[in-house]
Amino acid sequence: MSTPPDPHVVMEGVVRRYDGPPPVHALGPIDLSLARGEFFSVVGPSGCGKSTLMDVLCGLATPTAGTVRFEGRALHGEVPDGIGVVFQEDASLAWLSVRQNIAFGLRLSRLPAREITERVEHAIAFMGLRAFADHYPAQLSGGMRQRVCIARTLVLRPRLILLDEPFGALDQQTRLLMGDELLRLWRETNATILLITHALDEAAMLSDRVGVVSARPGRFIDLVETGWPRERDSRIVSDPRFGAITARLWSSLRTESLKTMGVVT
Amino acid sequence: MTRARGVLLVRIAGLSAAVLLLELLCRTGVVNPMTILPPSDMLTAMLDLLSAGDLNDGMMQTFSTIAIAFVLAIALGTAAGAVIHRIPRLRAVLDPLLASYYSIPTFIFYPLLVALFALGKTPLVILGMMSATPAVIISTLAGLDSVPQVLLKLARAQRLGRLRTLGWIILPQCLPRLFSGFKLALSYALIGVIAGEFLLSGTGLGYAISFAYQSFDNRAMYGAMLFVLLAAITANGLLFVWEDRLARRRMKQ
Repeated sequence: MSTPPDPHVVMEGVVRRYDGPPPVHALGPIDLSLARGEFFSVVGPSGCGKSTLMDVLCGLATPTAGTVRFEGRALHGEVPDGIGVVFQEDASLAWLSVRQNIAFGLRLSRLPAREITERVEHAIAFMGLRAFADHYPAQLSGGMRQRVCIARTLVLRPRLILLDEPFGALDQQTRLLMGDELLRLWRETNATILLITHALDEAAMLSDRVGVVSARPGRFIDLVETGWPRERDSRIVSDPRFGAITARLWSSLRTESLKTMGVVT
Repeated sequence: MTRARGVLLVRIAGLSAAVLLLELLCRTGVVNPMTILPPSDMLTAMLDLLSAGDLNDGMMQTFSTIAIAFVLAIALGTAAGAVIHRIPRLRAVLDPLLASYYSIPTFIFYPLLVALFALGKTPLVILGMMSATPAVIISTLAGLDSVPQVLLKLARAQRLGRLRTLGWIILPQCLPRLFSGFKLALSYALIGVIAGEFLLSGTGLGYAISFAYQSFDNRAMYGAMLFVLLAAITANGLLFVWEDRLARRRMKQ
């Protein structure tokens, strides 16, 4: 796999095994380099270790073998400053309002109160949550709650944002619109983004590069460069190249998905 | 009028109707007023007891015993629940025992506790605590079970330490279930302490009821009974209001 000129994140020979019982070889070996400011997506069949890859990449899990480096420093089982994570499941805090949920990310920071307020209000406005700032998560739809979680990550101003199927529970229209918002966020923050998704169209629409992961143990079996301009949105789905990219992703993934279903060995 | 307020009014109307019916049955002689005092007489008897100060010592004794038993049950039950939650094998052993604990009338142990600790506050506190602790353990387990893994991952991703994870994530997430346990614990502590006082003690509201009963003093007995009943309803009602305020934020749709 080619190494970008200014690697922001580097994974070298990363393997993750679980002792069990039964012992499971979940991931790897994985080699991956992400350029600073790149939008990278990972697609793969269910259970291929995509979420494990994210856990290892952000420091929530330690690799059994290999190393992960973020901005040149090796990760050792904890999430370093500068990495923001958005999970697949709803991680909004039910007892806090939208504003308090977003400010939660800054509770540990030693920023002045004014700066905290500014960041929170900016994130609220950026994610279109102004009318709901004093609502509680139970009063919001699934998509709005996910926006709250993204905003909570945004206020930390992460340089690397990891998103684990953040739109998995949303309907197709909302996902497309959330994709647009994600692209806007990416352009405005200049952060490197790694998106894990099971939706091939989502990966093809949003990413600079898409990594296709094999059935377990997950390894990269294809890497697709989309060649999209930085200024793009969901209307790109009408571009003829979009169909070609999605078709290539599916052709790489089809056999792996059949393996997962037990149809092919 | 909101739906909740309508329900409350219907509830109050239902209870008032039941009290009025009892009053009517007693006053017309359908129910012998020597057996059951008319509710208005119960109320007068209770007010007389209170104004004469006859229940003061009993109140102090009973309420302080319940308060100590309640606080100890919360401390012990929460700690035990947290330990059991951390050790799945221990939980597998204890779960059925906890589930069947409510079938044990704990106050049968009171004579044993008196033999061990002599008459006084200690056996009553232990009895109240024994009655209340399992409710707290069970609610702690339910509360800890309710913490989604993703919130624990969030805590790690936000670099919260153990104490902050406990205070900022786990406790607020568990609070509604813990609160239900605390409400039950208060009721069980009250039942345990008053039952203990009723059986063998020489002080407290339970003893006051028992003494009046054995002295055929129906007026004092019903007055004290009504007072205990109203005190229990008030305490539970306050906890209910508090719990409702907590829950309202989360359950708003």
